[in-house]
Amino acid sequence: MISEKDVKHVASLARIHLKDQEIGRLTKDLEKILDYIHKLNTLDVSGVQPTGHVLPLKNVYRKDAVRPSLAQQEVLKMSVEQQDGFFKVPKVIE
Amino acid sequence: MELHALTAHELLGLIQEKKIAPKEILDAVRERIQTIDKDVKAYIRLNESRPDPGPCPIPIGIKDNMCMVDQETTCGSHILEGFKAPYDATVIDKLKRSGAMLIGNTNMDEFAMGSSTENSFFGATRNPWGLDRVPGGSSGGSAAAVAADEAIWAIGSDTGGSIRQPASFCGVVGLKPTYGRVSRYGLIAFASSLDQIGPIAKDVTDCALLLNIIAGYDNLDSTSVDLPVPDYTKALKKDVKGLKIGIPKEYFVEGLDPQVKDAVRAAVKVLEDKGARFEDVSLPHTEYGIATYYIIATSEASSNLARYDGVQYGIRELAQKVRKSPLLDMYDETRDIGFGPEVKRRIMLGTYSLSSGYYDAYYLKGLKVRTLIKNDFDKLFKDFDALIGPTSPTTAFKIGDRVNDPLSMYLSDIYTVSANLSGIPALSVPCGFSKEKLPIGLQIMAKPFDEEMLFRIAYAYEQSAQWHKQKPKL
Repeated sequence: MISEKDVKHVASLARIHLKDQEIGRLTKDLEKILDYIHKLNTLDVSGVQPTGHVLPLKNVYRKDAVRPSLAQQEVLKMSVEQQDGFFKVPKVIE
Repeated sequence: MELHALTAHELLGLIQEKKIAPKEILDAVRERIQTIDKDVKAYIRLNESRPDPGPCPIPIGIKDNMCMVDQETTCGSHILEGFKAPYDATVIDKLKRSGAMLIGNTNMDEFAMGSSTENSFFGATRNPWGLDRVPGGSSGGSAAAVAADEAIWAIGSDTGGSIRQPASFCGVVGLKPTYGRVSRYGLIAFASSLDQIGPIAKDVTDCALLLNIIAGYDNLDSTSVDLPVPDYTKALKKDVKGLKIGIPKEYFVEGLDPQVKDAVRAAVKVLEDKGARFEDVSLPHTEYGIATYYIIATSEASSNLARYDGVQYGIRELAQKVRKSPLLDMYDETRDIGFGPEVKRRIMLGTYSLSSGYYDAYYLKGLKVRTLIKNDFDKLFKDFDALIGPTSPTTAFKIGDRVNDPLSMYLSDIYTVSANLSGIPALSVPCGFSKEKLPIGLQIMAKPFDEEMLFRIAYAYEQSAQWHKQKPKL
């Protein structure tokens, strides 16, 4: 069971401000979806290794060599606000 | 001659014989778009530039989730409106080098989350075979564009069926390559362990030609695999005599439209007559696929989509009054305004699965069931060359039918998610029509990096069946 309080908590973890009517609807949606997902509980997975991804890769290294990278302005130009070579954001503390 | 109605291999033949100039193809396709895209709405935006045609000057539609220098890419979302990437995705770079003509961004469900293309911020795409029907999704714009001759080729991405299901619904050929076969560099991430870019085409030959261009190792994608890329068109010449193909019994259960079932059975008969041997097999964990997929995909998505915070790119929305702090409120507000309902639902589900106290019960459990699903395939591919079944349990459903019921939308991916969870390649090829004249797709699956087997079987079938010659009336 997922409550409206849980949904509000998860929304704050996910950094989404939900309107009141959205909270009600999402609670119902998530409850239905989670109820379906609970069918996994009928499976015994003790001793089964998890699969994070399918390739037999561990760490992939590349040569520690200098390569061309994007210019600072190229990277900054898509931001809403920038100043002196930095991304600019609203005040962090009031 | 209507050039837009031809395939890439036919057009390349005509160019080689000097019967047509590359410019004529581009003009024909652009005119076609002008005439019918107001009905189909396959494109979000068009690329008006006229690059110099290279050796392979085929007009191609690009799903709106691949980065392209100087061309807006939005992932079908409000949050990325105005975004122009400072670099090309590797697939885009390869296509440009081949001389292909990138004609526009095709419509998609926002962040590739959906099975109908109705979740696009820019409005729904319609199925060329019935304008009141969805084209499938999330690569619905790409599949519809190819089906309606608004592109000769298209690129899609497939996280749980997003190439194959729309290919099935629109009567075209779509391939999800093996995980690692095509570089994901520059593909806007949805679920990184499942996403794969792939071709959508009018026939199997064109599909193989397009994979030839986009496949290969890329040191910018550490999950791409350094294996040689064969010439996939060579696989088209072989017959299917003696191949051992499994039919998973779990793909023919309740919920499967009888018309789809009959069409798939008829396709099996065609291949049997050509000398393939069929056997009923079992993928016992199939029924857990959707639940597993929606835990893993949403968990990865909740992490991948954390980057959309109004700081580096995309839109920014400020709060009217301070709730937490001006910065935190900006994050909260930007993401509330910027994401649509399905994306929010999935971020919420993923965040929940990963959150303290629920991680073991959901995310970790999902990863373990993923192992069981993958083991089912590994076991069968020791004995079988391929597996065959329906791509989707139904034909294209009506626009609006499932949009308010997320779970019923999710269940339309029931036969496709397993290939992503297991990393194997899978292809959808047209195998007939319903009474309502809606296309039906046959799904073929093979072992990792054996795309050649898919092309071989699909080509042998296509040459007998000839469904690909039929065109929607628009």
